[in-house]
Amino acid sequence: MADRQTLTHLERLESEAIHIMREVVAEATNPVMLYSVGKDSAVMLHLARKAFYPSPPPFPLLHVDTTWKFQDMYALRDKMATESGMELLVYQNPEAAEKEINPFDHGSLHTDMWKTEGLKQALDKYGFDAAFGGARRDEEKSRAKERIFSFRTASHGWDPKNQRPELWNLYNARKNKGESIRVFPISNWTELDIWQYIHLNNVPIVPLYFADVRPTFEWEGGLFMADDLPRLEKVLGYRPEITERSIRFRTLGCFPLTGAVESTAKTLPEVIQETLLTTTSERQGRVIDKDAGGAGMEVKKQQGYF
Amino acid sequence: MTSGDVIYQTEALIAEDIDAYLEQHQHKTMLRFITCGSVDDGKSTLIGRLLYDSKMIFEDQLTALENDSKKVGTQGQEIDFALLVDGLAAEREQGITIDVAYRFFNTEKRKFIVADCPGHEQYTRNMVTGASTADLAVILIDARKGVLVQTRRHSYLCHLIGIKNIVLAVNKMDLVDYDPVVFDAIVKDYAEFARSIGIESFTALPISGFKGDNITTRSANTPWYKGPTLVDHLETVEVLSSVDADKPFRMPVQWVNRPNLDFRGFSGLIATGSVKPGDEIRVLPSGKTSTVTRIVTLDSDLDQAVAGQSVTLCLADEVDCSRGDVISLADNPPQAADQFEATLVWLNDEAMLPGRAYWLKLATQTVSVTVQQPKYVVNVNTMEQLAAKTLELNAIGVAEIATDKPLVFEAYGDNRTLGGFVLIDKMSNATVAAGMLNFSLRRAQNVHWQALDISRDAHAALKRQKPKVLWFTGLSGSGKSTIANMVEKRLHAVGKHTFLLDGDNVRHGLNKDLGFTEADRIENIRRVGEVAKLMTDAGLIVLTAFISPFRAEREMVRTLMAEGEFVEIFVDTPLEVAEARDVKGLYKKARTGQLKNFTGIDSPYEAPEKPDFRIDTTREKPEDAAERIVNELLGWAPTI
Repeated sequence: MADRQTLTHLERLESEAIHIMREVVAEATNPVMLYSVGKDSAVMLHLARKAFYPSPPPFPLLHVDTTWKFQDMYALRDKMATESGMELLVYQNPEAAEKEINPFDHGSLHTDMWKTEGLKQALDKYGFDAAFGGARRDEEKSRAKERIFSFRTASHGWDPKNQRPELWNLYNARKNKGESIRVFPISNWTELDIWQYIHLNNVPIVPLYFADVRPTFEWEGGLFMADDLPRLEKVLGYRPEITERSIRFRTLGCFPLTGAVESTAKTLPEVIQETLLTTTSERQGRVIDKDAGGAGMEVKKQQGYF
Repeated sequence: MTSGDVIYQTEALIAEDIDAYLEQHQHKTMLRFITCGSVDDGKSTLIGRLLYDSKMIFEDQLTALENDSKKVGTQGQEIDFALLVDGLAAEREQGITIDVAYRFFNTEKRKFIVADCPGHEQYTRNMVTGASTADLAVILIDARKGVLVQTRRHSYLCHLIGIKNIVLAVNKMDLVDYDPVVFDAIVKDYAEFARSIGIESFTALPISGFKGDNITTRSANTPWYKGPTLVDHLETVEVLSSVDADKPFRMPVQWVNRPNLDFRGFSGLIATGSVKPGDEIRVLPSGKTSTVTRIVTLDSDLDQAVAGQSVTLCLADEVDCSRGDVISLADNPPQAADQFEATLVWLNDEAMLPGRAYWLKLATQTVSVTVQQPKYVVNVNTMEQLAAKTLELNAIGVAEIATDKPLVFEAYGDNRTLGGFVLIDKMSNATVAAGMLNFSLRRAQNVHWQALDISRDAHAALKRQKPKVLWFTGLSGSGKSTIANMVEKRLHAVGKHTFLLDGDNVRHGLNKDLGFTEADRIENIRRVGEVAKLMTDAGLIVLTAFISPFRAEREMVRTLMAEGEFVEIFVDTPLEVAEARDVKGLYKKARTGQLKNFTGIDSPYEAPEKPDFRIDTTREKPEDAAERIVNELLGWAPTI
């Protein structure tokens, strides 16, 4: 406690995120927190509980579900909603469900329909005017230039050339008719900060982040986990060859879109160690960024992807 | 030990003792800085280099970078670090950075957030944005070019925003053969300029972002340079939040936490100073005092909290305190005032309009504010103070501002949180300006509101009526005066005390000094609004007939009046019809260019979105419209 005057970087990041969340609650009419059950969502939820304690966070959690998440993710989602005392809203795009859209037959259409369209539909359905998201500026190049309060048109489009200047910690939350706001409280966190915060605060995360022996198969050059073999067999049209391997996941999305890595890291420090020493970046496991060359994410966002 | 060794040792530590590494990382502090310079000074290359040298680039990113470098790079077959940080697709094609981008890297001692700020003149607003959260600024200079106009502009902006730590990075030293004479000449030149604008000190470094000289490791190419490397310097300068912790305690209240009847806490981010349970505090602007009982967090109560922490405070007494109030040390509170001198940086394509009401957001306070014509604007290239009527995009000026409610404040130089603000356009909701309060004006402190014994209710009661403002708006020649006149005659006939303020008539007296520019039109309406307000205080029913083309000013007048007192009547005559009538011959003059700024021709009319009355004069006769207004008014308020 010799130098209590200087806060650590994690204390400053935490404080900034809490400040942002409180500003939104004070100024928005109908906020919601997007919850994808990944590690960033876990940190977001923890920060929200800190920001409003002893009150429960005064907004619901929204999970835009694709029906293709790992079973462990659904389990943790339901547990955390109960524990935090928050309302959990689960939305599945009925059109995608009807057409049985899946990542194997439909490629990037899977993301478009379930996630991009699903998110738009859910926000419109409940009339949310501000949605918290866990995106970070270090994830991807176009994110590095996005504001913390990022405005979307009535059709949920993003205009990178026309962003409001954000000075000091003053956020202008005033919307025009039909506009909504995406708010990114952990914009300034890096992947390492997220891990360290989870470590220091014992934030519950999905066990798939830790290595374990799991059933895997190879598909289009990547290593994947067979989370629901009968369903997998149905959409693939064949029974993939299953090998038991010690694997874990660096990011969690839909199980066939998320590549696994072979690993033996069973504890958080080991996971962090592996992350720091690894030489491939976090999002590489995700197929989504590679669409449309270098500008993949920017194009997706202009269309309304989170 | 050089920084290269540090990186190697860090990697070894991660591999051998991850717990020790995490322990070290956990205690790192954070420094935010900006890089600024002209278009080709090598900002993106320098940042790319910092990321590369601190191992923040992964193998797959490196492969992509190598491919991109060959395809679109500007460095031949060598790695073009700039491609790492030039984010948006549009920018990559144009080869320029057009928006603030934020980057992250770590060293053994600190985490860094870099705001990459563009060098183009039209993007001053981005630089000010990046500078507003920075502890330090790195000003890049191309060693071949020396101090340029942009260098001066960026330095001035950094100084204006209050950045105390300035690093002068003389870049591309490799292209001048690491010549100390070149370096010394540039430093001397810059020192002279820095002194002239009030920069007290700066640190100068000879570097090459492209080759890596003096970035993380001391360069063998500059044996004559004895100072620190760039990273050494960044790791050791004092961060802003520790400076703020030594100031008196202030916390703007963001949100009142009230989960049940037994708990009432005040949540906020501590702007300056520190707080402990038992501290005597004062709530502003009310001035009520109390004692802090608890500092509540999810983990446990705290013994102390300091500047930069987001906390929830509980107080011993049931004091009135809500969002926008400021909790401060009891015996050293900030002041409240409603008139100030402020420095403004205009950030919007639409120029500032003197007299127009904007929203002002300062900490958690949002008030309505009007800005006077600027005292002067600063030419950021020459630092000259010039006369100006307005502030255009990227202009920096000093002006007096007046708020509609007292603002708890401190001068920006003493407290960024209680002195820095943004202005928001009430119609477009755009953030149009950033501002810094310099000081409050004495007249605001000394002119007090005189309490009078005969109240406005007493005036109205004697007349047996409820005061109203019937605000007629519409194009020239739409029929405002005609209908207003008929309404007044009818009200007068039933014994109501009325007064009609007519646009043309007022311009013969009270407003004869005003013309028809946008600014003068706003002032015209402001004065009429104030006069109408005095008349309603006297108990009168006021009718006004003014074009009053701007929504913002009509809204401003509405907010002057008591709830329900302002009745907006839109005399809706299409332009073709009004022009065809052309009772005063004005449209003809406007069309032939003899009359400038004529509403509907070369000056806009913003129609009311939800008027209380809309009169379509192509369908409704003036007599019928007047009848309808009077009947409905009498029906609304039987005592009229």
